[in-house]
Formats: sequence, C-alpha cells, structure tokens
Amino acid sequence: MLNRVIAPLRHDIQDITLVQPDEVVFDNGLRVFVFNAPTQELVKAEFIFQNIFDGSENSLLHTCACHMLKEGTETRTSAQIAAEIDFYGAYLMPEYSFDQTALTLYSLNKHLSAVLPVVHDILNNAIFPEAELETYIRNNKQTLQISLQKNEYVARRLFFTTLFGESRYGRVPTKEAYDKLNKEDLVALYQKQIQPQNCTLILSGNITGDVLKQIRELFDVQWANTVRINNILTPEFPVFIPKTVIEERTDALQSAIRLGMPAINRIHPDFPAIQFVNTLLGGYFGSRLMRNIREDKGFTYSIGSAFASLQHTGFFTIAAEVDITNTHKTLAEIEKEFDILHNTQAPEEEVALVKNYILGSILGTIESIFSHADKFKAVYFYGLDLSYYTRYNEIIRNMTTADVQRIANTYFDYDNLLKIVVGRNN
Amino acid sequence: MINYQRFTLDNGLCVLVHEDHTTAMACVNIVYDVGARDESPDKTGFAHLFEHLMFGGSVNIPNYDTPLQEVGGENNAFTSNDITNYYITLPSANLETAFWLESDRMLSLAFSEQSLDVQRNVVSEEFKQRYLNQPYGDVWLRLRPLAYKEHPYRWATIGKELRHIEEATMADVKAFFFKHYVPSNAIMVVAGDVTFNQVKALAEKWFADIPMRPKPIRKLPVEPKQLAPRREEVHADVPVNSIYIAFHGPGRTHPDYPIMDLLSDILSRGSSSRLYRALVKDQPLFSEVNAYVCGSIDPNLIVVEGKPLPHVDMAEAETLLWNQLDILKTELMNDAELQKVKNKIESTMVFAELSILDKAMNLAFFEVLGNADWYNQEVDRYLAITPSAIQRMAQEIFIPENSSTLIYYAKKQQHAE
Repeated sequence: MLNRVIAPLRHDIQDITLVQPDEVVFDNGLRVFVFNAPTQELVKAEFIFQNIFDGSENSLLHTCACHMLKEGTETRTSAQIAAEIDFYGAYLMPEYSFDQTALTLYSLNKHLSAVLPVVHDILNNAIFPEAELETYIRNNKQTLQISLQKNEYVARRLFFTTLFGESRYGRVPTKEAYDKLNKEDLVALYQKQIQPQNCTLILSGNITGDVLKQIRELFDVQWANTVRINNILTPEFPVFIPKTVIEERTDALQSAIRLGMPAINRIHPDFPAIQFVNTLLGGYFGSRLMRNIREDKGFTYSIGSAFASLQHTGFFTIAAEVDITNTHKTLAEIEKEFDILHNTQAPEEEVALVKNYILGSILGTIESIFSHADKFKAVYFYGLDLSYYTRYNEIIRNMTTADVQRIANTYFDYDNLLKIVVGRNN
Repeated sequence: MINYQRFTLDNGLCVLVHEDHTTAMACVNIVYDVGARDESPDKTGFAHLFEHLMFGGSVNIPNYDTPLQEVGGENNAFTSNDITNYYITLPSANLETAFWLESDRMLSLAFSEQSLDVQRNVVSEEFKQRYLNQPYGDVWLRLRPLAYKEHPYRWATIGKELRHIEEATMADVKAFFFKHYVPSNAIMVVAGDVTFNQVKALAEKWFADIPMRPKPIRKLPVEPKQLAPRREEVHADVPVNSIYIAFHGPGRTHPDYPIMDLLSDILSRGSSSRLYRALVKDQPLFSEVNAYVCGSIDPNLIVVEGKPLPHVDMAEAETLLWNQLDILKTELMNDAELQKVKNKIESTMVFAELSILDKAMNLAFFEVLGNADWYNQEVDRYLAITPSAIQRMAQEIFIPENSSTLIYYAKKQQHAE
C-alpha cells in the first residue's frame, strides 16, 4: 500500500556548470564574447553600450536615444528598417537599463546575412528624424498620462525620485522633460555612446565560423570609432533620509505600498547572503511576507521584496497593493516580520528550505545557451567573472541561522526605510 | 517539432512524455479540461478561485508549496475561460516529489475552511488590483457581455462581480472538485531530463489508484449569430479616450483559425504592421493601436483597439480603424507581406522550443484541443494560407453586424505633471 503521507526521498541539487565564452577583441576595440551551442538554428547578438553621462544626468535622453535607434538611418527610413527585420522573422529590440543601452537581434541562422547589414547601418548611420522624434514624444506623453493614473506606477516613481534625486537613477519622465528632447542632443549622445570602443558584443546560439566571419566583416573593418570619450561622470546621490510619503487618492480601492532604501550592490561580498535573507523574507512564494500577508491575512494578491544591483549603487524594495482599509495593518505586519527577523533565530528547517529553493531556481534559470550568456552578462559589467556563481552557491549552501541573523541585523532595518503609500492612508 | 510519447492509465489519465536531456530540470504540467466557461452564470469566477484552493493542502499533504520548495522546485498555475493549467519545474533528480504532490491533490483536497476564507480575500484583491483599480481595467468585464449573449464566454475568468467570489461555499468547492478534477479530465505532460520508462513507472505508482470517475460532458449554449452592430459607450475616470472593436471569429480547431490569426498579425504584429504604420507612424492619429485574437477554444473574438491622439475625435478614430479593415476586404494583399507574417510564425515556433515548460504547455494544450500532434502540424497550416483566403476571412469577419464596439470617453481633461 502506497504511503502518501511520507514524501519521496530528497536528492541533492547539483550546482550549475556554466559555459565559458570565447573572447575576441577586434581591432576597433569591440569586445566579443561567443557562446556557441549548435542545438537550435538561432542566433542572438547583443550589442551592449555603457550609458555615458558627461554633461548632465538626464537619463531620459538616453532612454529616448535607445528607443529611437531603429527610427531611421541616412539610407533607410523607420518603415524600411521595420519591414526588413519583420520580413525575415527576426526581432530587433532596443533595451534600455539604468546602466546600459543595448540593441538585441534574434534571427534564424538562415536569415542572419539578410538582417545583419540593417543592424550595422543602425549602429553607424542613425539620424533620429524630427518627425519620428515628435511621434515618440507625443505617444510617450500619452502613455505617461495613463501610467500616472496607476497607483503602483506613482509609488514606484516617488520611490526612485526620493532615493536617487537628480541622478541618472532618479530621473523619471515628465511632460516637460519629454518636450525638451531634441535631435541635436540625441545625435551628440549617439556619436559618443554608440561606438565600438564602448561596446560589448555577446553572441549566443549556433555561432558557426561563417557567422563569426560575417560579424567580423561588418563590425570590425567597417565600424570605426568616431570620437574620444571624455569627462565621464559618476553619479552622486542625495543623502538618504528615511521618511514617510503619502499621496492621497480619494477614489482608490487599493493602496500601493512601496518601501525601501539604498543598499550595497553585487560587488559586495555580502550580496549573496543578502539575497538569501531577502528570499526568506519576501523573495519567493513561500516567503514570510507572502505567507503572513497573503496566505494568512488575505490582504493582498501579491507582496514581494528584492535587493537590486546597479553599477554605482543598489537598492532594497518591498511592494504590494492592498485594500485601502488594510493599509496600516499591512505596514504593521511588515514591521512585525522585520522584528522577528532580528529577534528570533530562523528555524533550521526554514534555512534548509530556502537553500534548496534557491539552488533549484538557479539550476532552473539555465534553459538554453542564451541563459549562459545572461549569467555572464549579469556579472561581467561589475568586473566579476563566472567564479562569482561558484562563490554564490557556496555561500548559499553554507548559510546558518546565525548568518541569517547577522545579515538581518546589518542590512534589514524597518525604521531606516523610505515608506511610500499611494492611495488611502487607512 | 516536439517529439513525445503517450500512454493512458486505466483510470483515464493521459500522460505525454517529452525527453530533453540538454537540461538538468524536469517539468510536470497538468491541465484540467475545465475553465470559466464551465461555471454556472450565478457562480462566476469559481474555476479561478478553485485554482487558488488547489494550493491549500491535499488529503495527505497539509502544505503543497513547502515540500516542493524543499527539493528546489517551483510551481504556478493559471485559469482561462477554457482550461486550468498547473505546472512544476524542479531539478530532475527530485522528479518523484512532483508526482507525489500532484497525485495527492488529484486524489482529494483537504477542503480547509481557513484556506477558502483566505483565498476569497486574495482573489478579491486580485480582482481589484487587475480589473477595478486600473484605468481601462474593466474592459473585459464590459466587452465580453457585449459580444456574447448566450455562451459563457460572456463573463471573464475573474468572474462577473466580486460578490460571486465572496459567496463561494465549501459545498461548491467539493462539488466542483469531484466533478471536474478527475483523472479522465486531465492531461499530464512530463518534459525535460526524464525518460519515458521512468515517467511510466512513476505515473503507475502515484496516479493509478486514483478512482476513475466519468469525464464531465460539456453542453454549452451555442452563441447565436450576431445580426446587428452592438455598442457601449462609457464616460470613465480614464486619462484618454479609447476604443475596442470585437468581432466574432472561428474557434481554435476550425480550419479558418490560422487565417484569422494571420489577419491579426498583418494588422498589428511588429512595427511594420499595417495599423501601426498607417495610424501611429506615417500619420499622427493614434498613440497606440493593436489587433489580436483571443485564442479561445470555442468561437472566438478578434479585437481591434486603439487610443486616438487628443486631436482625433472618436467618430474619426472609428472610421480610421474601419478603413484599414476595409482595405483587407477590398484589396488582395501581396505575397511578400503574407510571407513576412508567415516567417514570423516560423521563427516564433523555433523560439518556443527553447524552454521545456513552453514545450510541455503547448503539448498539453493541443492534447486538450484533440491531439498533441496538431502542435507539430501547426506551422504547415499557416504556411498554406493564400492572399485570397485572407481576403475571404476579412470579408466574413469585418462587417458591422458582426461587431461589438466599446468606447471609453475620458471624463475630464487631465495633464501629465
């Protein structure tokens, strides 16, 4: 007779084995990392540029420049670029993040030679046409209007402006800032930023000799550096003062709650241990915040916390949307969870569970050769290498209840959080 | 192309196995052939609420999530108008834990009152977060009952109203479970670093003794043919005007379904698509515009929607959208444009094969439709479509008598700060 009460035997979870890329540096300074796996007839080419700030920290300009890369070159209109890429079933996506601007191409191997010249054209000859800029500004202003009616968006926005002020990480879109965007600034930024010496190319997929030959022809010999990059600014952040910011919305059904503070980033040796404690507190479905505030109290559909890493800083954040009548109660429960984290040693079983959960989810992030490239990307720009993941797993495997408490007492402080409520302060 | 093998247990549970040893993970995906369309009109939103209760402990295992997390696994689920889909991914070494958990909750739930109380609240908050406390969040709460008058697609998965969720009882929960959560109404796909023989042995061990119960017979009202245009206009607290036009179209297994799907791709897939070019880029008329197919199993909706810019009034916006639809009816499209949307279908299918979870979900969904093989034949059905088939489809679908139009008028003029 089958005993359904007893769980099947547990097996140890193995560490991930990551693919070490081949590195090539082209004569123009372009650094190329190759992740080759011939299993699928697919190629992913990511051209990643460091965001360069040399006069102001107005990152809205960088966002716009990134999203407008595909909007026209000296010989191709926006429509032609779209038609060429779409015809070959390829995807060409500008991706903006706090520290990098990327242009990512996905293509089947058989169509790669047809779409690569379009990418080359964009990286060499983009012109940011006035008419396309007007469209960009108009549509983004309308989208902003809609976003500003979402409590969750407003809370997130207040969070970043309060934490990072006028620095690149704290700039948020406004109608006025959109109106100030202009072609001259975009072209100037493009010329400085979109150059091989400021670019890292990550190739993954079925990277044959022929693929590499095409890449070298287009992006080495035919791609020259244009200007020197000088006076790069490092951002300065306002002194952090924990406070409570309430934005009343009389018609709200739910309050958007967002808490947080500046924090260390991935370079810090405690970062993996912090990820561990964060997971336990609010980083997965079985976390303390979820179990208490969703699964026990039913106050919210979802609550979560995260430590995010940026190039020049990091931040901690907790977010949830709750019925307006439970706003105060939710904050009180979050505070209670911080107290428990400080004052009571985490049970051994919980520490063991979080360990396995994290090790399993790391293993699960590796799905295809593209995932190996992602893992590399996540550490490379911090000056780290793949040994980071070996250290990371080692720290996770060795976490003890005492470690949890030490990390909690060092990095998790409810009284030191910025607290934002958009909705009703009930 | 996804290779798989199939077997069926004596109690009717159908199991598909897809081996992929390039990963160290395994995935167990179980779809139950029950969705919001199977609810009674006075108890809507129940299939979805029930999905939440499936995580509230089963007859022999008080807590579902913890033992899974202990072996490095993750899980989630979703409910649609057609199906309820549960999935686990975990290190393949711990595959058996997934079988243990899934078989116990197919056997019977714990039926905990506390879990029902809490999940009623959680789902109510989900209702508010997604549908009520968002500009345009209630689109589907309005559009569904406008387009469907008889078929249960007339309500959204979340339900018609909060009250139905608040009034759900334990008796409802039990009745629903014993009717719909039976082995013969489920399809299990196991994919990843597993072998067929291993899965077969585990399935026999954990699922074979679950009693057989009959597969429920579905008798849904057929939606009568729409004969006149329908319209709803709301003045809402939204920042900008917005328009949605829904048309009835063929169900998921109808031979015309891929044609309708390509029609929506021609209109709005990618930045070279027709609506985007004509109405957003070439001329400044809309800030956003979109067309898509709902992908329902029973006769579908294809929706065309947009947000006109402030200088374009609603009557003009509506005409502009119809003009684009009329072009598809009157002008035969050229081969290159058709080839373009077909190429996109082809590359998307290759990308979908990168993840074992995507592969498992696709196989499970097509098996519910009738046969997992159809997934592998899908590309050919798209590649065979001709320009005249597209034109015929447009002529059948894009007519006023077949349309339901929902318009949001912004109540007050607001300005971004």
